[in-house]
Amino acid sequence: MTTTTATPRSADPTQERARTWVPPWRNPWRRPYVLAALTWLYILWSLLPVLIAVQFSFNDGRSRSTWQGFSTQWYCCAEGSVGEDPSLLLALQNSLVLGGATVLVATPLGVMLAMGLTRWRSRSSQVANGIAMVPLVTPELVVGSALYLVMVNLYQFVPLGRPAMLLGHVTFSVSYVLVVVRSRLLAIGGDFEEAGQDLGASPLQAIRTILIPMLMPSIFASAMLVFATSLDDFVVSQFLFGDASNVTVPIKLYNAVRSAPTPALNALATLLLVASLVALILAYVGLRARRRGARSALEEIANYG
Amino acid sequence: MAEPAPGHERATRRLWPALALPGTLWLVALFLVPIYAVMAVAFSGNINIFGEPIPAWNPLDWQFATFNEVVADSISGSYRAVWIRTAIYTGCALAICVGVGYPVAYYTARLAGKRRGLVLALILAPWWINYITRMLAWVNLLQDDGYVNKALGIFGFAPVSWLAGNPFTVVIALAYGYLPYFIVPLFASLDRIDQRLLEASRDLGVGMVRTFVHVTLPLSKMGLITAMVITALPLAGDYYTNAIVSGSPNTTMIGNQIELFLLQGPQKNLGASLVLLLSLVLMFFMAYYLVLTQRASRDAR
Repeated sequence: MTTTTATPRSADPTQERARTWVPPWRNPWRRPYVLAALTWLYILWSLLPVLIAVQFSFNDGRSRSTWQGFSTQWYCCAEGSVGEDPSLLLALQNSLVLGGATVLVATPLGVMLAMGLTRWRSRSSQVANGIAMVPLVTPELVVGSALYLVMVNLYQFVPLGRPAMLLGHVTFSVSYVLVVVRSRLLAIGGDFEEAGQDLGASPLQAIRTILIPMLMPSIFASAMLVFATSLDDFVVSQFLFGDASNVTVPIKLYNAVRSAPTPALNALATLLLVASLVALILAYVGLRARRRGARSALEEIANYG
Repeated sequence: MAEPAPGHERATRRLWPALALPGTLWLVALFLVPIYAVMAVAFSGNINIFGEPIPAWNPLDWQFATFNEVVADSISGSYRAVWIRTAIYTGCALAICVGVGYPVAYYTARLAGKRRGLVLALILAPWWINYITRMLAWVNLLQDDGYVNKALGIFGFAPVSWLAGNPFTVVIALAYGYLPYFIVPLFASLDRIDQRLLEASRDLGVGMVRTFVHVTLPLSKMGLITAMVITALPLAGDYYTNAIVSGSPNTTMIGNQIELFLLQGPQKNLGASLVLLLSLVLMFFMAYYLVLTQRASRDAR
């Protein structure tokens, strides 16, 4: 048992391997050290910069590249901190309000669309389904510029700013809700509503008392995904925000990054991060409620991507 | 109970279309009509007193002079370099995505063992961190006195000016930004491969490399293509990454050009024409992807 690269599972071929040396790339039982190292390096690469940025939100000086000690002054209450700078607070408030409003409009709209398109089998439903899938693969730049041009030239009754941003965010969110809820609808099938109707429920009653409760975890999860996606959005917001009073956090970060930023910017980014993280954890818990086990809930989220 | 009774059929015949109606109308009014508005602006023949194009809503009024000019400039004029740069940056960033993302997705899906949940959570994490925040994090590190240059200094290298129009920074930043969106769909596809097929190959004495080339790679081809299309579409239309980490005209991509025309000047018909042209180029990929997903969802039923 001198070959350290062999796993315990391959107990019997070990002796043979000791006699005739097998190059590592020919040995199917070898542990995937290279792949593991690469994966962990990637994870480090993808997350470390963000962690450092979060660290600098607690910096005791004005620098965003030299560590000068721990302090919470950039959250509150130094001059120009998130708590003291009205424009930063306003951006945070705008982001959260927009995210909440998007959830309230997009979730019911998407759930109804999912139920309608899944259960209604016809040629028109296929067309509607196609229309609903296209936004998912259209580059944000195209969606943003198209919405901007239509608001400015045709829907002039919708002012740029919060109303236009809400319409834009709902438009790209509806398709997410559709995908998440439809996968659940396909999984539970139509038998339950039919059973309810056989027992005398009207179609609407069947939906309200049978289908909606069964869909609740995925409705909740999709609402949280929509909230996080709305908080994350930059392009559509940037095309539709109108004037400075409607700036969201991503726009604020984008505009400030090239001017003279202070760690208050990092603090603002950190607060946004916390908000999305809370939404994500809630979505995770919601998905977990219906499928026991941490792994499957994570895979569910992965598959929605 | 497989077939619903005729009474139900009648009761639900109107219900499902009625439920689908609001969402469909919304998408028609706020997705299809806006796309049409891009065409109406791009093909506009008149300008108002501010020099802005007056959209031509009637297809009979469409004038193609501006669009043709933009196409000509894209083939052999001022936009040519921008298009070529966009293609090169997209291609390089995509190559990095494949080179880094495939092994990571493969390891997570097939080999991570009992740490699988943790690895998956960490790989999904950037998906939920605001894109601009992630870029901001890199700007912090890449400043002239940032950690990266300090680290280079330890090894005796001269500091590099990363943020002053460095194409290398732009490509790396793009790859960094879009890698999570590449890995996740690829992971989902690799995860579905039947472990028994790989074990069969191994039991038949085939080495890791040949198993990969003859079993894993063909089985994950669809997932790889999907991941590449999903990543390439936003990559080609990106402008904010470039603006954040470079901002120099030396690294302008087509997205920057479009943003400039639409939001910062009156020449919206030029911007709209470029959007149309970009959409036409990407349409091929989009259509291909939609066909793939439709086929997959049909199989799933």
